[in-house]
Amino acid sequence: MGVRISLKVNGRAHTTEVEPRLLLVHYLRDLLGLTGTHIGCETSLCGACTVLLDGKAVKSCTLLAVQADGADLTTIEGLARDGKLHPVQEGFWEEHGLQCGYCTPGMILAGAALLAGNPDPSEAEIRRAIAGNLCRCTGYQHIVNAIQSAARKMKPSGRKR
Amino acid sequence: MATKAKWVGQRMKRKEDPRLIQGLAHYVDDLALPGQLYAAFLRSPYAHARLQRIDRSAAERAPGVVAVLVGEDVRGVLGMIPTASALPELKVPPHPPLAIEEVNHVGEPVAVVVADDRYRARDAVDLIEVDYEPLPAVTDPEKALEKNSPRVHAQFKDNQACLWKVEAGFPDKAFAKAAHVVRQRFVNQRLIPVAMEPRGVLASYDAGAEQLTVWSSTQIPHLLRTQLAAMLNVPEMRVRVIAPEVGGGFGSKLNVYGEEALIAHLAMKLGRPVKWIETRRENFLATIHGRDQINDVEAAVTKDGRILALKVRLTADLGAYHQLLTAVIPTLTGLLLLGCYKIPAVKIEYVGVFTNKMATDAYRGAGRPEATFLIERMVDLVALDLGIDPVEVRRKNFPRPKDFPYSTPTGVIYDSGNYEATLKKALEQVDYTKLREEQKRLWKQGRYLGIGLSTYVEICAMGPSSAMPAGGWESGTVRIEPTGKVTVLTGASPHGQGQETSFAQIVADELGISPEDVIVTHGDTQAVPYGIGTFGSRATAVGGTAMFLSLQKLKQKLARMAGHLLKVDPKRIEIGEGKLFVKGSPKKSKTFLEVVQAAYMAKTLPAGFEPGLEATTFFEPSNFTFPFGAHVCVVEVDAETGDVHIRRYVAVDDCGNVINPLLVDGQVHGGIVQSIGQALFEEAVYDENGQLVTGELMDYAIPRAADVPRLETARTVTPSPVNPMGVKGVGEAGTIAATPAVVNAVVDALRPLGVRDIPMPLKRERIWEILQAGKRA
Repeated sequence: MGVRISLKVNGRAHTTEVEPRLLLVHYLRDLLGLTGTHIGCETSLCGACTVLLDGKAVKSCTLLAVQADGADLTTIEGLARDGKLHPVQEGFWEEHGLQCGYCTPGMILAGAALLAGNPDPSEAEIRRAIAGNLCRCTGYQHIVNAIQSAARKMKPSGRKR
Repeated sequence: MATKAKWVGQRMKRKEDPRLIQGLAHYVDDLALPGQLYAAFLRSPYAHARLQRIDRSAAERAPGVVAVLVGEDVRGVLGMIPTASALPELKVPPHPPLAIEEVNHVGEPVAVVVADDRYRARDAVDLIEVDYEPLPAVTDPEKALEKNSPRVHAQFKDNQACLWKVEAGFPDKAFAKAAHVVRQRFVNQRLIPVAMEPRGVLASYDAGAEQLTVWSSTQIPHLLRTQLAAMLNVPEMRVRVIAPEVGGGFGSKLNVYGEEALIAHLAMKLGRPVKWIETRRENFLATIHGRDQINDVEAAVTKDGRILALKVRLTADLGAYHQLLTAVIPTLTGLLLLGCYKIPAVKIEYVGVFTNKMATDAYRGAGRPEATFLIERMVDLVALDLGIDPVEVRRKNFPRPKDFPYSTPTGVIYDSGNYEATLKKALEQVDYTKLREEQKRLWKQGRYLGIGLSTYVEICAMGPSSAMPAGGWESGTVRIEPTGKVTVLTGASPHGQGQETSFAQIVADELGISPEDVIVTHGDTQAVPYGIGTFGSRATAVGGTAMFLSLQKLKQKLARMAGHLLKVDPKRIEIGEGKLFVKGSPKKSKTFLEVVQAAYMAKTLPAGFEPGLEATTFFEPSNFTFPFGAHVCVVEVDAETGDVHIRRYVAVDDCGNVINPLLVDGQVHGGIVQSIGQALFEEAVYDENGQLVTGELMDYAIPRAADVPRLETARTVTPSPVNPMGVKGVGEAGTIAATPAVVNAVVDALRPLGVRDIPMPLKRERIWEILQAGKRA
């Protein structure tokens, strides 16, 4: 009945037997207890469930856990390193990039994935990159500011924008 | 004892955020209790049908299923879903948590399955067989009022749920002598709130302690507790409601839902914790909707643009049932529809109508966006018809600062205001004169630039209890702990607004300590004295004031104790920077901690001094507050595609004194974008059979980051005289102000084509058709 999968989540290896129909988001939340990944629509439209799969932002509510076999996942719980917040997390805090916080983990990971590939995005590029993540509270402006602030911090010093 | 503000007014980053940005916060679905079960609902696919046979035997046999309940099982066991709407002759149909005999809208719960796993619960829902006998449905509120319309509720003679009238200041006379009458119909379309966290309930019953605990994603934990106790017939002290982290509400969680009572009932009945998490599809079908009004408006005006009277017939589509505030929301429209203008006469007729749809209720702004929309659109039409600049029409009709407090014919008293100041500031910021010149130039080139204004006032800080369906007060407890740390308990139950931070800023200034040393607790009826909740932009103005008054009580106690220790008159004691000191001789002092400890150790006390440092205040406001502002939207409409490009959006708001400008900006931004959503994208569409066509995020377009512009915010400050901090509230300002600003801008852009009005949402195909018709003409 079950299918054995092995994957890495936030640097830790897990081998688990799961039902083939188990969604990745439920695997993370219910089996591993990583409840920072939220479910907002179950249809890939809102982005609350965004995680990084081999560094790419994906929506874990429409991936099966078995599809993530062998993958290296990062969830919001794994973004801070050695007790230090990721610059995108810092940006969200400093720029008031969140209100109710429900879209926030997915939004932060989408922002982190953007900056990993494009360290100096324009405002339009940021807005496009997070267009698959819905927020009903902030009107997005402070989220954009947060990602811009993180980009500034992550830029190697001395390099001009 | 006044101290200079050190924290209040600062753009302090939030105390809530570390848990939220690290995935460490706990929303309902993040909680897990040993042995918990999962519930899933079967909901009606019909808008109107009689329930015939329900066969649940296959579902009951399905793997993992523990129970399957239908309406008959809880008939007489669970009370009806309550409404707090009290209007004369209001028709209130029974509203059971699970349908009995009849369903009246798509999405109405018919059965609930409880299983050991959420997947299995949903599997079993599909095994329930229901025979429905479809009945004719009605979804158009005007057709529903026709004589031959199918009736939503057979026990009533028609679909009119209520009729509410206001008349003041001789409107008929004003119309008789008016130089012009301007008429327009506005449809304020049905919207879906779409909080990012859907609803969710977890309930657990401790049979030994006879204690029911219900975690619910709610804005009103105390009111929910009272209502649940009644619905479940359990003594209220045996019910504890906890609103954990709540992922947005916008009014949609200011309610009492049948699912909350059912899940609690199931936990008690089964002796195991039961959890239900709403799917997004259910959220669209079965969580309250907003707006849905038709406004037929007439304005009597003088030749030079003074508005003498307004007549409004308001037809509100209430849906099939009353939720908590369904029928009273349009009365808020009634109270506010004269906007920020001195209009001496008014006639309002509000008709509430039953249709076979989900109930409408409070959605961010709740009745006030509808009012602002109709008056701000009307003012622009007056300007258009008379050939006067819309700025001039507004100025001509504003009350002056000396007119405040200003009593409106609708019976409310605007506390304070300076409408010209916000308008002037907004016009300067966009350089209005230059924009009008540019507009003329572009029109000649076949380009469509439009400038839209919205000067608004709103009703906030809900409110005096006399004007509220339930109480309008709020509670605030401050406890200075023996170590000098401070715990605040607030009855306002925030869910994203940031009161853990803004309230800590207030405490820090009042007690001369750091916000780091303050924690603000909310949402747990066992920890927090009875409260009302966060809605109607009331948390700071009412809840914050309750806390502020408790702080004053504690400061008096601290001064008494310090005076006692320093052997001086307490009146000479000042507080600040972690110290209590004698005015004029600051070296004569005790530390804050020394005074606090003395109050707890109680070795030596002033006469009649109660040990401890805790104070609770239940603050009853004397009036609402009335924030106001001026928004300007500048759009360019693409002549080829009909796309609306918002070039600039300037918001000048006055919400009284500001505790944390960063949070105020956040509230304004979020509100404006929701408002842009209504103006340009959002529309809940039911077909004539009562199917919700826009039943998913795929079909219902809430704004995405790339759809909205960068917003420019500014403020003026006119403190409210209604509360000691002079605050007004800002949670809904953007939503109330922005929709007409956007629509006015688009209509203004298309003036050369003879456009007078465009129904919302202003989708590109609608605009494109107008452009095509213009080309043909």
